[in-house]
Amino acid sequence: MASDKLITMANQIATFFESQKGDDLAERVAAHLNDFWGPDMRADFVRLVGDPSQADRLHPLGRDAVALLRLPQDV
Amino acid sequence: MKDFIIPWDDRDMGTPAKTGAPISLTIDGVAVTVPEGTSVMRAAAETGLSIPKLCAIDSLEAFGSCRLCVVEIEGRRGTPASCTTPVAEGMVVHTQNAKLHKLRRGVMELYISDHPLDCLTCAANGDCELQDMAGAVGLRDVRYTATEGASITNHFTARDTNGDLNPEYLPKDESNPYFTYDPSKCIVCNRCVRACEEVQGTFALTIEGRGFDSRVSAGGPLDDFLSSDCVSCGACVQACPTATLQEKSVIELGTPQRSVVTTCAYCGVGCSFKAELNGDQLVRMVPYKHGKANRGHSCVKGRFAYGYATHKDRILNPMIRDDISEPWREVSWEEALGFAAQKLRGIQAKHGQKSIGVITSSRCTNEETFLVQKLARAVFGNNNTDTCARVCHSPTGYGLGQTFGTSAGTQDFDSVAHADVIVVIGANPTDGHPVFASRLKKRLRQGAKLIVIDPRRIDLVKSAHIKAAHHLPLKPGTNVAVVTAMAHVIVTEGLANEAYIRERCDWDEFEDYAEFISDPRHSPEAVEALTGVPAAELRAAARLYAKGENGAIYYGLGVTEHSQGSTTVMGIANLAMLTGNVGREGVGVNPLRGQNNVQGSCDMGSFPHELPGYRHVKNADVRAIFEQAWGVEIDSEPGLRIPNMLDAAVAGNFKGLYCQGEDILQSDPDTKHVAAGLAAMDCVIVHDLFLNETANYAHVFLPGSTFLEKDGTFTNAERRINRVREVMAPKAGMADWEVTQALANAMGAAWNYMHPSQIMEEIAATTPSFAGVDYALLEEKGSVQWPCNDANPEGTPLMHVDGFVRGKGRFILTEYVATDERTGPRFPLLLTTGRVLSQYNVGAQTRRTENTVWHEEDVLEIHPHDAETRGIKEGDYVKLASRSGETSLRAKTTDRVSPGVVYTTFHHPQTQANVITTDFSDWATNCPEYKVTAVQVSKSNGPTEWQESYETQAKAARRILPAAE
Repeated sequence: MASDKLITMANQIATFFESQKGDDLAERVAAHLNDFWGPDMRADFVRLVGDPSQADRLHPLGRDAVALLRLPQDV
Repeated sequence: MKDFIIPWDDRDMGTPAKTGAPISLTIDGVAVTVPEGTSVMRAAAETGLSIPKLCAIDSLEAFGSCRLCVVEIEGRRGTPASCTTPVAEGMVVHTQNAKLHKLRRGVMELYISDHPLDCLTCAANGDCELQDMAGAVGLRDVRYTATEGASITNHFTARDTNGDLNPEYLPKDESNPYFTYDPSKCIVCNRCVRACEEVQGTFALTIEGRGFDSRVSAGGPLDDFLSSDCVSCGACVQACPTATLQEKSVIELGTPQRSVVTTCAYCGVGCSFKAELNGDQLVRMVPYKHGKANRGHSCVKGRFAYGYATHKDRILNPMIRDDISEPWREVSWEEALGFAAQKLRGIQAKHGQKSIGVITSSRCTNEETFLVQKLARAVFGNNNTDTCARVCHSPTGYGLGQTFGTSAGTQDFDSVAHADVIVVIGANPTDGHPVFASRLKKRLRQGAKLIVIDPRRIDLVKSAHIKAAHHLPLKPGTNVAVVTAMAHVIVTEGLANEAYIRERCDWDEFEDYAEFISDPRHSPEAVEALTGVPAAELRAAARLYAKGENGAIYYGLGVTEHSQGSTTVMGIANLAMLTGNVGREGVGVNPLRGQNNVQGSCDMGSFPHELPGYRHVKNADVRAIFEQAWGVEIDSEPGLRIPNMLDAAVAGNFKGLYCQGEDILQSDPDTKHVAAGLAAMDCVIVHDLFLNETANYAHVFLPGSTFLEKDGTFTNAERRINRVREVMAPKAGMADWEVTQALANAMGAAWNYMHPSQIMEEIAATTPSFAGVDYALLEEKGSVQWPCNDANPEGTPLMHVDGFVRGKGRFILTEYVATDERTGPRFPLLLTTGRVLSQYNVGAQTRRTENTVWHEEDVLEIHPHDAETRGIKEGDYVKLASRSGETSLRAKTTDRVSPGVVYTTFHHPQTQANVITTDFSDWATNCPEYKVTAVQVSKSNGPTEWQESYETQAKAARRILPAAE
């Protein structure tokens, strides 16, 4: 999937959760992605942000969420 | 009409039902007890007696003009009209005696003296109350005849008795495409005028003149019905006791002899109708008075715009082709389904189990939708199912689920009659949900206050006898800022209902919320520059909502179709919780659903992450229910949503799609991207009534069936499950549920449903909120609102009565985030989109009816100031360009839109409004941001290059090879 779109979508989600209270915001971003994105989308996303130049475009909460994503091999 | 399938009592009781203390009286020796305020006429009807009447009908308040319903009451003088006389305790009424008989005959004799006696050839023959009453009062002759040569006129002959032109004679008005007005048959009973006022609320009709000159008139002296304010709802036609206002279909086809109660397939109001027929030929649709969504009313679409069902463009044979550059080949069902199954299985073998998916339809029945998502989950073996609700109300599901715990509106439509302050946000009910709008306007005329939050000055802001207390004309894209500022006012001015919040909501979360919302950055003054809404007006609106007793919020796609759609829904839920406006009659949060079965398609598990009943696929216990019922393993991971499917298709990972009853190429945003996605697939199966725009990219076409051709259920915006009943056999041989079953079986499933009721049994067995629903209950009750289960065996009109479904209501912080779609030097205007009354969605149905007389093309509404600076005049062809694409259409200058904002509809494929819209979407659900696109408008000479190339492609793609001999 087009890379810019995945990062844009992840940043939108992170921006919402950033405005919420709590110390589990990265977990909530990851939970949203796990619940609503298909596994292939998540895998594409993780692969994409493995590239530091792409990761720089990612919202900090999104970056924290990456490690918490469920990937196809975990399933 | 004798052959009702449903034998429910459908009699006209003369005057409306009342509620009140019981009153006992005697009518013609029969004792009867009725509520206080009931008319003597209705009380008589309750005992089975029918008092003759002409101007009375139970859909309208009593009027007392015809004097045919006179009665005698012991101890009272004279002969009062029974329709306007309320019952009193101990009253003794006589409806028949020699005096009354003589009076009634006298009245009828006068009526008939000025009425043509062409009964045998009259369109209302057999369905005429005047005829019935002449019989009922025993009228045998008419003494009043004009002397020859005396120049005496009546209302029904073109020349007077002298042979001169009769100035009182008015010709038939045939301007409306669906009904005629024949003044010569009018008895001036006022029923049409009252229906237009009381039921529809448009006030298009009046009685002009006095005495003998009194005539029904639409609009001003130079108007006919078509040019007047008439919205063609047909309430007047239904109320007319004679052939004065008559459906053209009845004039052409004759009076219907049987009727079937069913549910309209247009908007989310879900009106009940009697389909009236001769044989299997539909003669007319009449709103069913016991329908709980519409209470006997309808709009122009539901009542009249059914002609698409028999339109010549209907495709009735399955068709296939190997490549979309080829013409279609008509084949048998067996060949088409075999071809489709082989293609889909081939794609899965080559590209993997997840390389195909389905789109369920919000226009099809619950049962059909259930089967389509089951096809994906149980036969394809993946969760790649989505529905057109994705592009309209998916943020409602997410937002209300998070805050209240259910993905649905909280009220029934009856509730609006108890509201004191009504807030309409991002919805245009008079066009999009007209029957609900009529019910809302009725409440406004009784004194309820209205707040409209919309970029445009919609009709509700000011129209006949309606004026909004506040109109907040916000800039598109600033909903969250406005809703949050309203909450700021409520909290900082101490207007929040603390007792309610303490009892029903999470208090800790409320405290966080109160701190957040009280920040001065959320004040109306702070956001005024951003939203364009004057701070004082916003404060006044917030106070009105908070203080006005029952506050009810109704909202539409102007809320959801934004990059912060879900956040706005949460903000609306916050407002309702803050003010204690959830959990009783007259209040609530009510999404107005776009299509007839949006609610149902969401309930039925159409979304890729949810099994039926809004249960996430990650939950093993939920999967187990379906795994056991279906004997398959269900994927625990969410599948692809529509935009994700298209993205994956462009990337080469998604190759096959079964699309039932939706036209994604026209309805979804960023047309070029949708086209590219479809073009990249190897097998697109379109299951539809017509060769729609999506079918231009399809390899298999499966003919669909209209709502008239099948059994099933629709669930409307108030969670009401209404029966759809087959009134004619499927024209293509199979109802849609049968087609899906045949496709599943061609792919190796062994489904064996014989009737949709069996599918409902499976839904009830697997889905707790539907556990109590079956067809027998729907026959008995007419309809039920889910949840319907052991705890609520007759359904649930109001939600969250004793507390929120999720437990404690949750306040969620709603920080405004500007959309990335911004105006700038290249694209300085904001485009927002919507509907008109006469057309529906992509127009596939309504464009194939006479409704096109009201709207034959999409036009661009632009403020006169913006038009002038661009040299654009009314009616000019203009080019509309965004960063996604450009199209051209005609301009209409109007101050309904603010400067800086332009507006259009998406009903016509030639316009291609969605070439302009972008791929931005709601953060939580990917619901597209239709309502905000930065655009530029300039003068143009004609269609854009895209429009021309699209037209060429569409024409080529629609070729059908002549059938082989």
